[in-house]
Amino acid sequence: MIRIDNLKKAFNGFQAVDGITFNVSPGEVLGFLGPNGAGKSTTMKMLTGFITPDSGSVSLCGFDVSNDPVAAKSLVGYLPEGAPAYGDMTPLNFLSFIADIRGLLGKHKTSRIDEVIHLLELQSVCNRPIDTLSKGFKRRVGIAQAILHDPQILILDEPTDGLDPNQKYQVRELIRGLAKEKIVIISTHILEEVTVVCTRAIVIARGRVLADATPSELEARSRYHRAVCIDLVDVPEEDAVTALESVAGAARVEVSSDHTGLYTVLPEPNGNLLNAVHDLAIRKGWNVQELFMERGRLDDVFRQLTTSNLGEPEKESETSNGEAA
Amino acid sequence: MNQTGVIFHRELNSYFSTPLAYVFIVIFLMLTGVFTFYLGGFYERRQADLMPFFMFHPWLYLFLIPAVSMRLWAEERKTGTLELLLTLPVSLKTAVVGKFLAAWVFTGIALALTFPIWMTVNYLGDPDNGVILAGYIGSWLMAGGFLAIGSCMSAATNNQVIAFILTVVICFLFVVAGFPLVLESFQAWAPSWLVDGVAGLSFLTHFEAVSKGVLDLRDLLYFLIMIGVWLLATAVIIDMKKAD
Repeated sequence: MIRIDNLKKAFNGFQAVDGITFNVSPGEVLGFLGPNGAGKSTTMKMLTGFITPDSGSVSLCGFDVSNDPVAAKSLVGYLPEGAPAYGDMTPLNFLSFIADIRGLLGKHKTSRIDEVIHLLELQSVCNRPIDTLSKGFKRRVGIAQAILHDPQILILDEPTDGLDPNQKYQVRELIRGLAKEKIVIISTHILEEVTVVCTRAIVIARGRVLADATPSELEARSRYHRAVCIDLVDVPEEDAVTALESVAGAARVEVSSDHTGLYTVLPEPNGNLLNAVHDLAIRKGWNVQELFMERGRLDDVFRQLTTSNLGEPEKESETSNGEAA
Repeated sequence: MNQTGVIFHRELNSYFSTPLAYVFIVIFLMLTGVFTFYLGGFYERRQADLMPFFMFHPWLYLFLIPAVSMRLWAEERKTGTLELLLTLPVSLKTAVVGKFLAAWVFTGIALALTFPIWMTVNYLGDPDNGVILAGYIGSWLMAGGFLAIGSCMSAATNNQVIAFILTVVICFLFVVAGFPLVLESFQAWAPSWLVDGVAGLSFLTHFEAVSKGVLDLRDLLYFLIMIGVWLLATAVIIDMKKAD
């Protein structure tokens, strides 16, 4: 259980985190979303005890991060922003160092190292200096380091940044596999990741929590939630728009600008348009290429949440220790 | 292995996994040779001792030690491993001490590798090996003092060059504080306790006492306290500047 209470942090007068409060229970995979400079990384750094909050408290499974840092830190696996690692070490030496620091001993240590090396497919680079590895491998070494001691709480700052689609898939599978009993917090820019991996999403901007919901609840906030898309061939645009607008429960019709014949029918609140649009298409005898109902667009919700009611653009504030080459 | 040991071990290995260690040791050995035999007049003095060897150590350390210490924390901060290290379940004290000890032992290794000079002087004459041992101990303690200052400067910045320059300047002040020229300029006007105080802060005064074979507890304490205070300052600065 993670309890975060009214966390605040200012840098040189800029309020990076401004009163964040939330709890996370075991089994949850929490996605942390927000524009650059929203305070995501700063919050994570305070969660892991790297920086001390100006006010507020963080408690990890009952251990207060400020009062009992070593006990709290031993419960956490953390991948910092940019996946920093000692570049002159090989992944094997590096993992062995982390295991020693975390007090893994003897057979348990070697078996855990073997396990994470297999899990993250690091076998081929085990004995090469980390400095010489590609970005994807470095990231995976960082993840390996974070899960090495099988932590209760896993905090990953942009875990799939720099990975190719296959590796992304693997890492997401890995996170999902871990999540049964544990607490996982990931920060990401990639919205699809939230839908795929997370059971809960928190959107923050300006150091404040703007939304805290499941990914599908967030999708439901989109104006495209339950909108019906229809792709028509050889139907004059005007006819199609007039006909679609006349469907019962349709609020608006949007015409795609980059694909001729693609229309999106937005519903009135709680309306269900799919059957009606389907019937209309049959009645009119349209040549339908595609017909589907949208779940909602997360990026749309994200933009709405982070740009509306907030005025001027975000100032870059997050500390970036992770810009290592 | 305890955690200080783990960090010490990693750090010491990292010196030898880069060319830094080898370059440092080779240059250190070459320079000690040059200073001892040419500038120190090792042969010309016709005395079986290592005074010409030890007397240049403060000046050698002034430029070589900051080169070792500058990376201690500045590099961790630059590459982001500081965040990794400090979010592992180790206390800041453990990390500061572990890293310092690695650097100190590393300079100890470089110092120990000057043993051919000791063999030479034993071959040529019959020196007082007790004095020589005291000289080595004093030199190593002084290296520790330089390193502790360097550790603190390295913690204050993420730029290694700045760390180097700051360390050289501060170490220089601590060395010349005991220089006759400086002390005389104080003697002209300052009360004697101030002159003693300035001289008492100097690396040179304490090192010279030790290297003459006088192992006074106060000199040893001086270096240990210097190390302790600067390491404490290191920890405080890291804690303050973590977030930057």
